[in-house]
Amino acid sequence: MSAAARGVEPAPLIEARGLGKTYETLEHRSVHALSDASFTVRDGEFVSIVGPSGCGKSTLLKIMAGLLPSTAGTLHLAGRTVTGPSPEIGVVFQRPLLLPWRTILQNVLFPAEIRGVPPSHIRDRASSLLDLVGLGGVESRYPHELSGGMQQRAAIVRALVQDPTLLLMDEPFGALDALTRERMNVETLRIWDAQRKTVVFVTHSIGEAVFLSDRVLVMTPQPGRIARVVAIDLARPRTLSMMGSAAFAAHAGLIREHLDIGRDLDIKKDLVSGMSR
Amino acid sequence: MSVPSPARKMRGASEMRTGRFGLVPARHQVLSLALLLVLLASWEGGTRAFGVPEFMVPSPLAVARWLVAGFSEPLTSPASLAYHLGVTLAEAAIGFVVGSVAGVVVGMALAHWSAAERVLYPYIQAFNALPKIAVAPLLVVWFGFGIEAKAVMAAILVFFPMLVNAMAGYHSVDPDLIELARSCNATGAQIFHKVVLPSALPFLFAGLHMATILAVLGAIVGEFVGATAGLGMLLLQYNNTMQVTGVFAVLVVLGAVGYGLNVLMMHLERHFCFWARRRKNFG
Ligand SMILES: Nc1ncnc2c1ncn2[C@@H]1O[C@H](COP(=O)(O)OP(=O)(O)OP(=O)(O)O)[C@@H](O)[C@H]1O
Ligand SMILES: [Mg+2]
Repeated sequence: MSAAARGVEPAPLIEARGLGKTYETLEHRSVHALSDASFTVRDGEFVSIVGPSGCGKSTLLKIMAGLLPSTAGTLHLAGRTVTGPSPEIGVVFQRPLLLPWRTILQNVLFPAEIRGVPPSHIRDRASSLLDLVGLGGVESRYPHELSGGMQQRAAIVRALVQDPTLLLMDEPFGALDALTRERMNVETLRIWDAQRKTVVFVTHSIGEAVFLSDRVLVMTPQPGRIARVVAIDLARPRTLSMMGSAAFAAHAGLIREHLDIGRDLDIKKDLVSGMSR
Repeated sequence: MSVPSPARKMRGASEMRTGRFGLVPARHQVLSLALLLVLLASWEGGTRAFGVPEFMVPSPLAVARWLVAGFSEPLTSPASLAYHLGVTLAEAAIGFVVGSVAGVVVGMALAHWSAAERVLYPYIQAFNALPKIAVAPLLVVWFGFGIEAKAVMAAILVFFPMLVNAMAGYHSVDPDLIELARSCNATGAQIFHKVVLPSALPFLFAGLHMATILAVLGAIVGEFVGATAGLGMLLLQYNNTMQVTGVFAVLVVLGAVGYGLNVLMMHLERHFCFWARRRKNFG
């Protein structure tokens, strides 16, 4: 606030400059998965990344999570270079990835346990987070006793349990049915609001991105790069009924347009192969 | 308070109440037991009706009498079934523990260092293809007539299936779970004992099931080759002296041991791998 009052932008929480990734496969081929990604994310912002399959979204997120070293560029989190996973970063994966031999509570406490935090220091937070996502009653159940949506909620709690500043989510609701998915979106905004986190959210769904985000990074493939950044200036708090509004459709249309620039090539390819048949 | 309706009760009896071991419905267990009684009765009747001599096929009652007498002998008596059973079980147990621990350690290590796996696996396959029982006489030369040779035989038999299952278990781990653990800053050792080892447990139990049977087999084979005690030794001795009833009694004891160990392993597996059977549906 004071920085803004002085007319200076506060330093962004995440600052990526020219991030790139080239995978070396076992057959000594190299795959240029991500190229020259530069963007910033402000503290408390909700940013989504959309793009077609294989355009490097997961790659970018894994680099941000410290799970994958980049092969070009720099990445700073709160002014420090990201060198590996940290309790400051919570990650939610596409699948819940709960350990099936642990109860929900034990699963949620897993990151703290790994990092040597005594359970007594974090139990209360875990319980209140489970309550927040409506899993208060199933703490001592095992993952196979829960629905897919409940499992993914537990995974979100697990990512939040050490109170990270940054929450990274890689298509967390991709495996859920449409109705559950909408409910989880509302839930996500509620958690974001209650916990005041910065979220970077990968999705295939344009609607999901518009509904959730302050800004959307639109990626195009070959090599994966950020083609456009679309600001979503819809009012908050957002409700599902907004999804029918003209403003919502306008934002979605804009994103689709940017995606289609990349997709035109594929369509032409399809036409050619279609004619040769 | 509320009286269960007849329909509820029926379902309770036929489907929901499972047997004592929780694995087979009670109704089927009763049928199994009834079948056993029928078989024993016709065996008993057959030996009487046709006057089969006891040195060919003894009657179940004769075998039962032998069992009672054998287990009533003091432990110091050479005819004590309990003593010989104890010796065989001790050999099998030592072989089981040594062989399965070695199998798991080597299997996990090979699976972890894939270069080692590629280099050593042909040798392991070659050894595994060997009829391992054939080394039993050699073991007597190396380890003598005592308990060691039998334990080693049992351990050798146990080692290979444990090794193979440990490797399969290691490779069965969901790589995404490892990624998750890494995102929590897990060390290699933590990943191993909090993710890899539990994930591999169903495979290890599959190996342990086989291992219990193989451990007893190894002990018996070891005793056949040369021993001063044990059920295998007793079996040969009774066979050589035409005491066929004694042979049958020992076989019954071995059968009961095998069955008991199997039930024990099923219980342990259910306790430790309760999550594994349903896992497929919720990957
Ligand atoms: N470990 C790897 N080795 C080699 N190539 C890889 C590896 N991981 C990903 N790639 C390649 O990098 C590119 C980007 O992959 P990435 O998983 O980041 O895409 P994505 O945008 O997340 O796709 P999706 O939406 O399907 O999840 C793809 O072409 C993929 O084949
Ligand atoms: Mg992906």
